[in-house]
Amino acid sequence: MAAKTVLNYLPRKSVVHDLTGTAKLVFFLLFTFASMITYDTRVLAGLLVISLGIFRLSHIKISEVKFMMVFMLIFLALNNVFIFLFNPNQGTEIYGTRHVLVHLFWRYDVTAEQLFYHLNISLKYFVTLPVAILFISATNPSEFAASLNSIGVSYRIGYAVSLALRYIPDIQRDYHAISQAQQARGVELGKKEKLLRRMKNSVGILLPLIMSSLQRIDTISSAMELRGFGKNKKKRTWYMKRPMQRSDYIAMALGALLLAISLGMMAVNGGRFNNPFL
Amino acid sequence: MKKSFSIKTVVAIGIGAALFFVLGRFVAIPSGIPNTNISLQYAVLGLFAAIYGPIAGGLIGFIGHTLIDLSWGGSPWWSWIIASAFVGVVVGLFANRLKVNEGEFKLKSIITYGVANVIAHAAAWIGVAPLLDIWMYAEPSDKVFAQGAVAAAANVLTAVVVGVLLIIAYTKTIAKKGSLDAE
Repeated sequence: MAAKTVLNYLPRKSVVHDLTGTAKLVFFLLFTFASMITYDTRVLAGLLVISLGIFRLSHIKISEVKFMMVFMLIFLALNNVFIFLFNPNQGTEIYGTRHVLVHLFWRYDVTAEQLFYHLNISLKYFVTLPVAILFISATNPSEFAASLNSIGVSYRIGYAVSLALRYIPDIQRDYHAISQAQQARGVELGKKEKLLRRMKNSVGILLPLIMSSLQRIDTISSAMELRGFGKNKKKRTWYMKRPMQRSDYIAMALGALLLAISLGMMAVNGGRFNNPFL
Repeated sequence: MKKSFSIKTVVAIGIGAALFFVLGRFVAIPSGIPNTNISLQYAVLGLFAAIYGPIAGGLIGFIGHTLIDLSWGGSPWWSWIIASAFVGVVVGLFANRLKVNEGEFKLKSIITYGVANVIAHAAAWIGVAPLLDIWMYAEPSDKVFAQGAVAAAANVLTAVVVGVLLIIAYTKTIAKKGSLDAE
């Protein structure tokens, strides 16, 4: 329940950490979109190499982010199983051919097309995983709001995000305290109670949590009002915002280039998939 | 627009998203079905949407869900995040007229609120989320609709049962308009 697990920032001296939050956010968004739209194995393989390369540059050790990796691998495995169970012919529907490798039972055949589809899906996870982990581990949360504002998001929304990040640990602590107090009074949320009873009991924990949160909203908004928040319609300066360096422009250009390649290959392939079966 | 996006709304979005995150990320109340938990965050999302309106509701869903996905270490699963935001907006549109923050929540309001939640969650998890899954992630349609139906059923149950109980308890804490009598 440690509060630091929220967004797992790992400060370090590295090229990736030195980039401004803006550059990292822009690169992250461009990169995830590039990997989201393409199902071309060659593009995905190229993106994977770049993704792993950046991870090396960050000096973050795999052991430090193992928990996130394990979670994603379980999720990936489950997702693959469900896709196969629900539609073993998704590959055939996409690629238009059918090469049966092994017949299992009933409608379940292992086809080359299906395996290829699963390979691409899994590859997509592995492509985004290192970049996503880096984005969280190498971006200072305090800088995040400033970067949202500098890519054009309204500063009010940026400020809301930074409030959320600031108060998550507090609310987590409150929740913990309230739920322990209620459990000491016999409010049970575990499997011993019936489902409806459990839901009713959860209100006993939620209500104090919400009342304290509403009080918090009043206090914070009064404090912000006193300090003249929102008086300037358009602009707001950020303490954590850093001036852009050359490396920031290079990172953002690289992101744009990768997205352009991904889109370009879509035009070449005539769709999101490249088809080796034709 | 000016009035609906006051300082209080900004703060409510931030705190609401933090609550959404904490409940969605760390609180696991077993539902009885394996690997499915009661998602209390949707009950709170409904309450905040009812108090602070559709814009706040949508943004709480969007920011809270994005933070949950990021904290698990994957890239955000945009289709489901958009569906969460959609729930906040729809419940906010319906429930904003219920005067929950004036302490009123009678049977008629309860029914409106329940119906709003059913519509919002059904449309979000059986409509928005799977369609975006198919369009953005090219997943098989049977699978995403089955997932969506399970999510819709679980979330409707939480949002309506816990949500209604929560709002009843909340409105009881507010002194109603005209509750004072001159002696």
